[in-house]
Amino acid sequence: MLKRPLAFRGGIRLAHHKYESAHSPIASAPLPERLILPLRQSAGRAPEPIVREGDRVKKGDRIAAAEEWISASLHAPTSGTVRAIGPFPVAHPSGLSAPAIVIEADGADEWGEKTPLLDSPARSAANRAALSPEETQRFLQNMGVVGLGGAVFPSHVKLSRAPNTPLQTLIINGAECEPFITCDDRLMRERADDVISGTLFLRDLLEVKETLIAVENNKPEAADALRAALARADAAREIRDVAVMELPAIYPAGSIKQLIFALTGKRAPAHVLPTALGVQCFNAATVYCVWRAVAHGEPVTHRVVTLTGNVEHPGNMEVPLGMPMGQLLALARPRPETDACIVGGPMMGFLLTDERAPVVKGSNCLIARSDAFFPPLEPETSCIRCTSCAQVCPQGLQPYELYWWSRAKNSEKAARYQLMECIECGCCAYVCPAHIPLVQYFRFAKGEVRAAEKAQDMAARAKERFEFRQLRAEREKAERAEKLARAAALQAEKLALAAVTDTDSPANAQTPTTENAP
Amino acid sequence: MDVLTAIAILTLGAALLGAALGFAAVHFRVEGNPLTEKIAALLPQTQCGQCGYPGCKPYAEAIAQGGADINLCAPGGEDGVRKIAELLGLEIKPLAEGAAQKPPAVARIVEDRCIGCTLCIQACPVDAIVGAAKQMHTVISSLCTGCELCLPPCPENCIEMLPVQETTENWAWRYPARVPALPPLALSPAASGENSC
Repeated sequence: MLKRPLAFRGGIRLAHHKYESAHSPIASAPLPERLILPLRQSAGRAPEPIVREGDRVKKGDRIAAAEEWISASLHAPTSGTVRAIGPFPVAHPSGLSAPAIVIEADGADEWGEKTPLLDSPARSAANRAALSPEETQRFLQNMGVVGLGGAVFPSHVKLSRAPNTPLQTLIINGAECEPFITCDDRLMRERADDVISGTLFLRDLLEVKETLIAVENNKPEAADALRAALARADAAREIRDVAVMELPAIYPAGSIKQLIFALTGKRAPAHVLPTALGVQCFNAATVYCVWRAVAHGEPVTHRVVTLTGNVEHPGNMEVPLGMPMGQLLALARPRPETDACIVGGPMMGFLLTDERAPVVKGSNCLIARSDAFFPPLEPETSCIRCTSCAQVCPQGLQPYELYWWSRAKNSEKAARYQLMECIECGCCAYVCPAHIPLVQYFRFAKGEVRAAEKAQDMAARAKERFEFRQLRAEREKAERAEKLARAAALQAEKLALAAVTDTDSPANAQTPTTENAP
Repeated sequence: MDVLTAIAILTLGAALLGAALGFAAVHFRVEGNPLTEKIAALLPQTQCGQCGYPGCKPYAEAIAQGGADINLCAPGGEDGVRKIAELLGLEIKPLAEGAAQKPPAVARIVEDRCIGCTLCIQACPVDAIVGAAKQMHTVISSLCTGCELCLPPCPENCIEMLPVQETTENWAWRYPARVPALPPLALSPAASGENSC
């Protein structure tokens, strides 16, 4: 175990803007009348709805079921009636609509049946031994547990072990490196016991050698709360291999690759999963949800969202999934000069296009935008290849080269400069003295690379099917020819036989035949 | 004597190398024209025949033998022409007349009107239509290449081409709109005359 985290390459120090929203406890958002639950709330395939219009649902009832492994179920965040299933505006940079289930709340907020995996927290140690990892994975999939840090990757998938590589390190990511966002900070402070219980549950399940809880050093209260909770857990049973590590607050310390390097010294190239390095990583809020699911039978129906920026009452709220974002931000009272709403952090977030778009599992922060907080972008000028971008790139790329090829729409060349290694953290664009929106160019070029890969796949599949079809056509032709030949041969044989019997048997000649008449 | 040794060494060398080349020619023989395969890999494999050849491979063969123009493949588009031109070291050409690249689309059978004649099944080059005689047919849209070869044989005209809709699943970031930093500098003729040196 490293005593002190390593310094990763590049990165930038940003104004934290954490204090505004971090000083007040998590409040409960009032229940809206209608909840809009987009089916896609996780990476992989969207789950399929298992309710119909007019169905009554209770809080925590499953309303959409995962049908593939990389997919997670969806649950009703309150009791009410399913009003519609269809396209609805969602928080997505495209501004497009996506299929969603709309639930009209009845106000009772009545829980359905809760079925925890561990019967009660007190008996958990005994139960845990009897649990198979597959059972836990299926349970978490059914409980809709996904990565709440933003990538929304289904958590149960991450519990599968990599072949040949034993897991050594479990990292709980509480770094929360983007400015303004404090939802994990507040959660770790206020519900540290659940976070620690979840951490220990995952540690036992994955049988790791060491467990590191990473917190940036601008959140000392959260780190202290976790240490205190760890000490309480230690009093119950001895825990030696779990530690809270404080990281220097350098953006993007919470990015998975940077975090793994800082804590273990291992580097993961693109397309290599952390498990291949013997490391697995979960967000602190995800770990909390894991514990709520396994110990209390509560599926993911709420999440903590930071409301901050140009508002009167910045803070954190526990929000039912499906609450319209405009309605939620209004609770924090945006000041008059607010002109837009940023979903996510200021570095990697995007502008909300429709205020009816609902909160989903991946929505961690809403920032009321104003020119005072975010001065308007200066006009873009030409790249002078000053390499400021390369100095801050945490992935060790050369953004000025990537920009050159991306701007020329030559994504193949950009890919050769390791475009796909880019984590879109935005450090390069932040320091660019020419104010070039570098990440926008990279996102465009990455889309082109992915489209080309997809086209290649399609072409390969079409070719394979076409060639098989031709092969089949030839085989059928050959078979038909063979059949015809066989039939012809049979016919010839019959005729020959007939001819032979004709000439051989004298009786035949004597009988009057009609056959030979013509 | 030295001369004879030199000649002997060279003769021996020539014989050895000749034998090696002969061996390689027989045992490491490449079946078919490797260029054809390379060109075929750049074609979109829709097997649509819009180029005038009965499939992507015949077109690739025709290009490899120098008989066909490289700008006939409509689904491949300008980008496809560029790739083939780069491979062969030829000039990039605009797409041939009439070979306009269409937006991606997939076929859909209007199932009420389908009479189950199987003609479209026979026409589909990638076996993307399922059905049986006098049974309704349907297109497996994930396998459809949008080649439109099923349209002409249909006696009921019940196959339509649906453009692929943009959804949040297949959406990709657009090319960033570049805002010029300064308006273009308008120089008066006199001023430009003064500045020129």
